Amino acid sequence: MRRGWRWLLPLTAVPVLALLAYGFRVDPREIPSPLVGRPAAAFALTSFDGAAVDLAALRGKVVVLNFWASWCRPACYEEAPTLERGWRAYRDRGVVVLGVDIQDHDDAARTFIRDFRLSFANAPDRGGKVSVDYGVYGVPETFFIDRDGRIRVKHVGVVTDEIFRATVEPLLR
Amino acid sequence: MIPELGTGALLVALTLALYGAVAAAVGARRGKAALVESAQHAALGVFVLVTACILLLVYAFLTFDFSVRYVATNTNLGTPFYYRITAVWGALEGSIVLWSWMLGLYTLIVVLRHRTSARELYPWVLTVMLSVISFFLLVMTVAAPVFARLSPVPGDGRGLNPLLEDSGMITHPVALYLGFTGFTVPFAFAVAALVTGRIGDFWITTTRRWTILAWYFLSLGLLIGGWWSYHVLGWGGYWAWDPVENAAFMPWLTGTAFLHSVMIQERRRMLRLWNLALVILTFSLTLFGTFLTRSGVIASVHAFTQGAIGVFFLSFLALVVLTALALIAWRWDDLGAQGALDSIVSRESAFLLNNVLLVAAAFTVFFGTVFPLLSEAARGVKVSVGAPFFNQVNVPLFLSLIFLMGVGPLIAWRRASLDNLKRNFVWPVAAGAVAALTLRVVGVRPVLAVTALALTVFVAATITVDLLRATRARRAVGERALTALGGLLLRHNRRYGGFVVHLAVLVVAVGVTGSQAWSVHTETTLQRGEQAELGGYRVRFDGLRESQESNHGKVTGTFTIVGGRGAGQVLEPAKKFYPQEQSPIAYVDYRLGFVDDIYLVLGDFARDGSSATVKFQVNRMVSWIWIGGLILTLGTILAVLPERRKAA
Repeated sequence: MRRGWRWLLPLTAVPVLALLAYGFRVDPREIPSPLVGRPAAAFALTSFDGAAVDLAALRGKVVVLNFWASWCRPACYEEAPTLERGWRAYRDRGVVVLGVDIQDHDDAARTFIRDFRLSFANAPDRGGKVSVDYGVYGVPETFFIDRDGRIRVKHVGVVTDEIFRATVEPLLR
Repeated sequence: MIPELGTGALLVALTLALYGAVAAAVGARRGKAALVESAQHAALGVFVLVTACILLLVYAFLTFDFSVRYVATNTNLGTPFYYRITAVWGALEGSIVLWSWMLGLYTLIVVLRHRTSARELYPWVLTVMLSVISFFLLVMTVAAPVFARLSPVPGDGRGLNPLLEDSGMITHPVALYLGFTGFTVPFAFAVAALVTGRIGDFWITTTRRWTILAWYFLSLGLLIGGWWSYHVLGWGGYWAWDPVENAAFMPWLTGTAFLHSVMIQERRRMLRLWNLALVILTFSLTLFGTFLTRSGVIASVHAFTQGAIGVFFLSFLALVVLTALALIAWRWDDLGAQGALDSIVSRESAFLLNNVLLVAAAFTVFFGTVFPLLSEAARGVKVSVGAPFFNQVNVPLFLSLIFLMGVGPLIAWRRASLDNLKRNFVWPVAAGAVAALTLRVVGVRPVLAVTALALTVFVAATITVDLLRATRARRAVGERALTALGGLLLRHNRRYGGFVVHLAVLVVAVGVTGSQAWSVHTETTLQRGEQAELGGYRVRFDGLRESQESNHGKVTGTFTIVGGRGAGQVLEPAKKFYPQEQSPIAYVDYRLGFVDDIYLVLGDFARDGSSATVKFQVNRMVSWIWIGGLILTLGTILAVLPERRKAA
């Protein structure tokens, strides 16, 4: 090897490093949900307050459907205030936040709702039918449903204020 | 209180480590011993502080201090005492603390052992080690803050991942990390050799024991990982070519290559560049392994968190690789070989081939592991590479390696004469051939199994021939057989330690071959009182019972082995229901045997206990793998004992 050429040696590592860096741009766990783009499965539940929660009645509004559980620490605890903030900020613009509590004890769930002073509707998914319909794998999972009742985005994990805003805004246009 | 104390200690430790790294380097360049000495003190300080952090964490776990986020995430009020301590390294943040602690410990040992013996290299070694520690401390304070506060403080925590509530999970990470971090020492010496220009053999002879120990712990970590997978995950296997397993396997492969190639440098002054490259590669692969497991870039059953940590690791990996390669480029002219290969039929070439095969295996594993990423980058298609690829490519490589394992230690250096070949290999080859024939005659069909076992016999025969011959030589001077053998092992402990390790690898190879070729399994639904038969064993389902443990509910099935071998033994596989998990966790029950393991996993069941589905496996020769681990330990101890030859 000529003297100058040897300095190219470190460059040999660059493609591998670049490939690994590319890895940050993709999420291997993000298996595209077959539900995205499809009409959201209808359901009718009764909320913890005793009110009827019917998805079909919400046609024309953007629905943020959040699956949670009181035992889901710390993720559900982290996103609960975000959902409440989002609900308050966007309710006047035609956005509805709906919480579906899965595989939970009612007492614990009610405590959760009280602790976070959640003012949007939350309903227990008795028998787990709704979570099966939506293919919920773990909590939290959040589905963003457009005005036509189609699932547009599925978000796995904690929803942040930023994600909430960035996902809901385009659906309002 | 704990979050503040811990974070404070980490910040001070980080400052000290950075200071020490710089001070040692400046001290070395300017010839100021006082600066190097102050770096030593800094290293001691770092170790004390990181130890304090671990103790704080243990204390937080024992007292259920849920104001520490990490504690709240990885334990709850029901977590048993024992697992509250091991939960310290049960997840990302804590394992990095453990990692740093081990690095701190190793640095301290380097200070004590090599302060005077490796005067010129030593300050740079210190710089490298403290830099690596600084990186981990930085990760701990910024990217994965282990002492992050949780507010409001919850009444109870989430609980440890139930799969980690197992004794294997206590020792597996410890062994693995001891191995991973252990390779930092030879790497640090290699960098020091490049920086100072003392690229002779000194750095290699000095780090020989370090390399062996790091390699041993890595091997042990892999084996315990296999054991955990075997008896906890309940799929009946011990190795699945999962990215995380591969992550630990790649440095093992290159580390094994390094262990062998240094011998050629010691004997024949060859391969200087190669050895530097190998140790850099091995260390980089340990970082890559951590990156892989912790960044979430590649999907794996070991579902770990994603986050900023990946960026940190990749940046550090890039820094390490680029710096090391630049150093090699800088010293390029000094790295030429002094010896030359005399003949293809020689020990050098056997070792070289061994290196080529090991590195090729590491490359294929690397390729298979990152292929999903490559495919997505190039074609936008998500794919996964499974066991068939890895097996197909690696099995021939490993068989060849086993063959070389027989050839390498006995063939002559430089140029093997026909006489040397005859003397050493006629009997072993004959033994291998007889073994192959016998296996065919008794009806062993799978060609792969016959080949693997025959090769194993061949290698075992080479070891026996060598030992017999050496013992006979000593008996000729009047020693008794056992004394002769013992004396031999101790006096040439390095050589025979290596032989014992080879033997261990053979035993593991037999276990792998046997289990792949002869294990059988079935899945069946049994009514109470009904029996299932498999591989000469009959198992009766006797019923179910429910119980409540401290942190989970449990449904246990009772199965009795009836008639024939093992009759009367009761197996109780169970399903555990943890409130924080979506799906139940299988609890495997098994009876280990020298040849057959009986292995039961409870599937679905009727609530009233009238019927249950059970996965019933008879796994063959799996125990040999664990026995191999024990032999490996003995061999390693023998190999790292101080050499007696000079004294004798």
